[in-house]
Amino acid sequence: MDNIYLLIIVIFAALLGFELIKKVPATLHTPLMSGSNAISGITLVGALASSGTENELLSIVLGTLAVALASINVVGGYLVTDRMLSMFKKKQR
Amino acid sequence: MIETTSTSALVINLTYVLAAALFIFGLKFLGHPSTARKGNMLSAVGMLLAIVVTLFDKNIISFEWIAIAIIAGTIVGFFAARLVAMTAMPELVSLLNGIGGLASVFVAWSTLEAGTYLSGFVMLVTFLALLIGAVTFSGSLVAWAKLSERISGRAVTFKGQVTFNLLLVTTIVFCGYLFVASPEFSPSFSIVLYTLMGLALLFGIMLVLPIGGADMPVVISLLNSYSGLAACAAGFALQNNILIVAGSLVGASGIILTSIMCKAMNRSLSNVLFSGFMPVVESN
Repeated sequence: MDNIYLLIIVIFAALLGFELIKKVPATLHTPLMSGSNAISGITLVGALASSGTENELLSIVLGTLAVALASINVVGGYLVTDRMLSMFKKKQR
Repeated sequence: MIETTSTSALVINLTYVLAAALFIFGLKFLGHPSTARKGNMLSAVGMLLAIVVTLFDKNIISFEWIAIAIIAGTIVGFFAARLVAMTAMPELVSLLNGIGGLASVFVAWSTLEAGTYLSGFVMLVTFLALLIGAVTFSGSLVAWAKLSERISGRAVTFKGQVTFNLLLVTTIVFCGYLFVASPEFSPSFSIVLYTLMGLALLFGIMLVLPIGGADMPVVISLLNSYSGLAACAAGFALQNNILIVAGSLVGASGIILTSIMCKAMNRSLSNVLFSGFMPVVESN
C-alpha cells in the first residue's frame, strides 16, 4: 500500500514539474537545465544511507563511491549554475 | 530505509518536506530572469538541509568514509565549476549529469549487495535505477565528447542500426525479466547484473551517437530528465520520499524543457528521442 502513496506523490511532483517550466525565456534554458541537474544530485541522500550502514563491504564501498560522485554533481551543479546566472546579469546591464 | 516511528525520523521527514518545497520554489524562480539566481540559491539551501538531516538517520553508524567522500567530491565539484571556461559550461553540465547518473547506478547496485531480502517490487525499481542511471552516464559522456569535439560532432550512423538497436532493447528487456525473476545471491544473478549494466551502457552510447552535435543541448536536457528519473527509481528502492519527489520534479521539468528547446530549434521531440530507431534527419 505504501508504494501506492509513493506513486501518487510521483504524479503530483511530475505535474508540478510540468507547470513550473511551462513558460521560460530561451536565455534561461541552459541555466535551468544546469540547476535542475544539480537537484538530481539528490541521489546523494540515498547514497548516504548505503555508505554509513553496517552492510556487506562491497555495499559500503559502492555507497561511498556514490556519495563522492553525487557530491561532485551537487556542488559542481549549483556553482556552475550560479556562475552562468551571474554572467547573464552582467550581459543585461 | 527510514523508519517513521521515532522522533528523529519525524524530524527527518518534516525537513524533507521543507527541502521539497525549496526545490519547487527554486525551480519556479529559476524560470524568471530577475529571480533566477535567488532560485538557484533556494534550491541549494534545500539540498543542504536534506543532506544534513539525513545524517541523523539512526541507520547511519559510521561517518569517516562519508566525510572523506563528501570532501573529495566537493573539492572536485568546486574546482570543476570555478575553473571551467565560460564557453565550456554546457559540456561541464553534461559531464556532471553523467556523474549523477553513475551515482544512481552505484546506489542501486549497493542496495543489491546489502545482503538483505528484496521484494519483487524493489527488484523492479532497482532494475530501472540501474538501467536509467547507466544510460544517463554513457549517453552524457558521448554528449560531452561531441560538444567538446573529442569525437566527431557529426551524426554517426551505420547500416543495420535500427535492427541492432531493436535487438539491444529486446535483450535488455529479457535481462530485466531475468533480473527481477531470478533468486538473489546466486552466481547466475551476478552474470545477469553485469550483463545488464554493460548493455545499458551500450544503449546510452547508441542513443546519442546518431544525433548531431548541434542538437546536443536538447540531448543533454533529455539526459538530465533521465537522471531525475533514475534518482526517483532509486528513491523507490530505498523508500525515501525526498528522492522520489525531487527525482520526479527533475524528470518532468526536464522532459518539458526538452520539448520547449526542441520547438525553439525547430526539431520534433520524438525525432530526438528515437533517433536511433529511424532514419536520421540532418539538422543545420
